[in-house]
Amino acid sequence: MTALRAQLLRLLVAGAAAGLLVLLALPLAALVLRVPPGALWQRVHEPLVLDALRLSLVTSAGSTALVVALGLPLAYLLATRRFRGKRAVELLIDLPLVLPPTVAGVALLAAFGRAGLAGGALHGLGVTLPFTTLGVVVAQAFVAAPFFVGAARTGLAEVDRRYLDMAATLRSPPARTFVRVMLPLALPSLLAGAAMSWARALGEFGATITFAGNLPGVTQTMPLAVYLALQSDLEAAVALSVLLLAVSVVVLLLVRARRPAH
Amino acid sequence: MRAWLAAMLALAACSSRPPAQRTLTVFAAASLGEAFTDLGESVERSRPGLSIRFNFAGSQQLVAQLEQGAPADVFASADERWMRHVVELGLAAGAPVVFARNRLVVVLPESNPGRIERLEDLARPGLKLVLAAEVVPAGRYARQALVRIGETPGFPPDFARRALANVVSEEENVKSVVARVQLAEADAGLAYHSDVGSAVAAHVRVLQIPEDRNVVAEYPIAVLAAAGDTADARAFVDAALGPEGRRMLQRHGLLPATPAR
Repeated sequence: MTALRAQLLRLLVAGAAAGLLVLLALPLAALVLRVPPGALWQRVHEPLVLDALRLSLVTSAGSTALVVALGLPLAYLLATRRFRGKRAVELLIDLPLVLPPTVAGVALLAAFGRAGLAGGALHGLGVTLPFTTLGVVVAQAFVAAPFFVGAARTGLAEVDRRYLDMAATLRSPPARTFVRVMLPLALPSLLAGAAMSWARALGEFGATITFAGNLPGVTQTMPLAVYLALQSDLEAAVALSVLLLAVSVVVLLLVRARRPAH
Repeated sequence: MRAWLAAMLALAACSSRPPAQRTLTVFAAASLGEAFTDLGESVERSRPGLSIRFNFAGSQQLVAQLEQGAPADVFASADERWMRHVVELGLAAGAPVVFARNRLVVVLPESNPGRIERLEDLARPGLKLVLAAEVVPAGRYARQALVRIGETPGFPPDFARRALANVVSEEENVKSVVARVQLAEADAGLAYHSDVGSAVAAHVRVLQIPEDRNVVAEYPIAVLAAAGDTADARAFVDAALGPEGRRMLQRHGLLPATPAR
């Protein structure tokens, strides 16, 4: 009887897992199957596609760098310190995850747009964000930051305290301990967080089109190009999608290869 | 507990209301938003049991949705090109009829950050100009209008090229062009006269384009082959072509294309 129940349970688990895999794999397979490889190769050489692809790679790399540079110190503080308002900071970090991206775009306009809250100050510094490539980077960083900060914080918090205490007894200054002990131990989490953040930035659409607008070569990243092509040239849209998919797979594979296997 | 009970009662009250028996789905160009919303209410009043749903978007986007099998009964396009596409795909039930016209204007933020006083200023380097994308009817008309404006005696020969070099964003429908200007992110945008209705008039200024340099947008409407109740679909199209439609179009800054009876 118990054997039968165990058998049933195993079947249920396998069935559910297979169901989700089909849900994830079928649309992607259908996308790839729609485009003959020759047509794809032809598309890659169109200036509009090249522009969008280059822009997507540049901006997503830029926003990931920005998120890591500013997010690592924050993740460190969240992982190692207790301070007043920590709960509020945690909530703030999680908000972009639940915010619809279009709302994020409107919020960015209200803050950093020409008529926005900080628009005058930015203008004084000679910085313009709406309708610029830098604006795309900012929009991507806004929506992608939680992915890195969350993973980095967990990774840093999981570093065994005994290593840190040991470093302290050896009179290693905190900065040195961070670089030589904490960083290497938390590296897999940091890389995974950076990869997730990069992937989110690469797929960013709503905040980008709302905040930065849509202009080929300047703000039209791959997701925007796909969306606009969808309204006039379905085949082009599908080909662009497959291209974006291929780029994502390659980068995710590269990141995985660098991560030690669990 | 009491609040919970009240909520349940409210739900029950909602569901006991008689449901609308028939639904008509109208796909219409974004620039028809205000006029068709009013017209829809008027048609609903004259045909009890009918409820009209609208899908307002750039005409090219509506056609893409129709092409992918989106269910709709009536389609109204902002240009003849996208309507022809629908006819060629065999999605229209009858011959389309032009029922409205529209003209373009230059829209500026109320604060006029680009200090634009004349049409010539649109070609001034560094200006932030926003147009609809070229696949959007309003975007195609806008590009045609810039060329015509550039042919005005006394204008620099490369006016259109220089104005186009000022484009900082290509929007997916004409309403987002107006929104960019309304937010004062853009210095100027080209939109329809009908887009500068009461809702936005307080936030924008309008620079008129002389009639002989302007482009006239033509709006065809057709019943779709997939229409469920053709009588309702027909009634809506007739209303758009009739005196009621003329009144609604005029109220919202469009020009009726059918002669007054």
